[in-house]
Amino acid sequence: MSFITRGFRGRRQLDAPADRVPPGQYVTPDFPVLSAGPTPRVPLEEWRFTMTDPLGSERSWNWGDFTALPTETVTVDIHCVTKWSKLDTTWEGVSLDTLLADGTDRAGGHVLFHSYGGYTTNLPLEDVTGGKAWIAFNYDGQPLDPEHGGPARLLVPHLYFWKSAKWVDGATLSDSDRPGFWESYGYHNYGDPWREQRYQGD
Amino acid sequence: MDNERHLDGNALAGLFHDVFGREMTHECGCCSNCGAENQLGAAWVYRGAGDVLRCPNCGSIVMVIVQNTDGFRVSFEAIRWLQTSA
Amino acid sequence: MAGAALPGRLNWLIARATEIIEETERVRSIVLDCPGWPGHLPGHHIDIRLTAEDGYQAQRSYSIARPADDEQVVITVELVDEGEISPFLIEDLRIGDRIEIRGPVGGYFVWEPSRGGPLQLIGGGSGVVPLMAMLRARVRAGSDVPVRYLSSARSHDDLIYRPELESISSEVEGVEVLHTLTRRKPPDWTGLEGRVDRVMLARQAWPSFTRPLCYVCGPTGFVESVANSLVALGHQPGRVKTERFGPTNGG
Repeated sequence: MSFITRGFRGRRQLDAPADRVPPGQYVTPDFPVLSAGPTPRVPLEEWRFTMTDPLGSERSWNWGDFTALPTETVTVDIHCVTKWSKLDTTWEGVSLDTLLADGTDRAGGHVLFHSYGGYTTNLPLEDVTGGKAWIAFNYDGQPLDPEHGGPARLLVPHLYFWKSAKWVDGATLSDSDRPGFWESYGYHNYGDPWREQRYQGD
Repeated sequence: MDNERHLDGNALAGLFHDVFGREMTHECGCCSNCGAENQLGAAWVYRGAGDVLRCPNCGSIVMVIVQNTDGFRVSFEAIRWLQTSA
Repeated sequence: MAGAALPGRLNWLIARATEIIEETERVRSIVLDCPGWPGHLPGHHIDIRLTAEDGYQAQRSYSIARPADDEQVVITVELVDEGEISPFLIEDLRIGDRIEIRGPVGGYFVWEPSRGGPLQLIGGGSGVVPLMAMLRARVRAGSDVPVRYLSSARSHDDLIYRPELESISSEVEGVEVLHTLTRRKPPDWTGLEGRVDRVMLARQAWPSFTRPLCYVCGPTGFVESVANSLVALGHQPGRVKTERFGPTNGG
């Protein structure tokens, strides 16, 4: 057991309701910025989101098309694998259910999201459908800041936040599961914070 | 060049000591992507779920360090060689 | 550069605060007595680890401000308003309190008089801390390496170590100290004004043909801009060492 520092508490909130804090997490009032590389700067007139089905057919939205889609505003808790959690975060975005509603062939069951800058993350298709995931472009009522993933990021709050890929530019549906960026470096393939699935083998 | 949020490899001096058992920031590495030779202390460091070191010349990922339950997982992505001193 | 590696395992040691010095309103130097300290070189930093009663831990790096002196380690900490560790060190830490430290680490950013010069030190805000260790070492050793020390601060009251720097620059040969203020200046200010940019560096820094060793430290944006300017002025990238303080450093 480490040496206890007299009087040290840190910035975490000690009064958060326990049933909203997964094991090993601490609630922070801040919104830490983590990244694996430089922040991409994507002019809105160049932004595209492309969904590719298992047969290689593509469906693409530009910013105008995308923001004309029906959106939802959700308030969710988010949990980062580096142990901070942030409660009651409010986002506005387009549900993945809306993006997939036009009859995109869903055969296969796996999806790999990719981002400007090269980041990727993999998820089972069933974890981004049924009201569980959005492509979010507003945070806390304001356009999403580039350092937090703007123009738009994936939002999948029921899994560790590395799965909520910043700067998304597309998704590829497939019948095979390919590990994304952090998954290939030893993070857990699925990432359920309530089962503390941080690393491969957990 | 964007005004970026990266740190220098020197910021990982303590982590390198945990992983490699010694001071590493002054040691030189060669990027296998562009051939540039730099001290590890000069790498661009991005701290995400793990620590990503990028070549200060071409920006390629040269090394990734993830601290997991068992210890550390070090991925050598684009290091052609690492030179240690006496 | 074998001289930058020190022997011994990197264990966590328990250091006791023996003196707290108010450098500016938001900046304190903390003198730590650390039994078992192996010594350090100018430019090295330490990691500090704080543990709360429930086991919650936070860790940050701090540059060492003074050259080695037996088992004494001095750090200079700037208050970061929403920081994790600096508010504790500045507002709560008392003389006699003990904290865990380990080090020294960071041999990349070390300078010692034997490496020669000329030496160019450029610091933004609390980025001057490791540079001050280098300057103090140069003075203590009675070295004749020529030094130019340039610091940037928002206002006169934010200049860290100003009285000591004044003494050094007036009493020690071969050391030039310059300060630039970026937001407010006192009416009788005779120093520099504005950000450290390429024009200021062309005028005030060692010219590239003298092949100085350059150490640049401070906030990320400051370091990025200064390092780029130095390279644009012809300094070899390998002779420009940088230490960026980011949101996870010294907060």
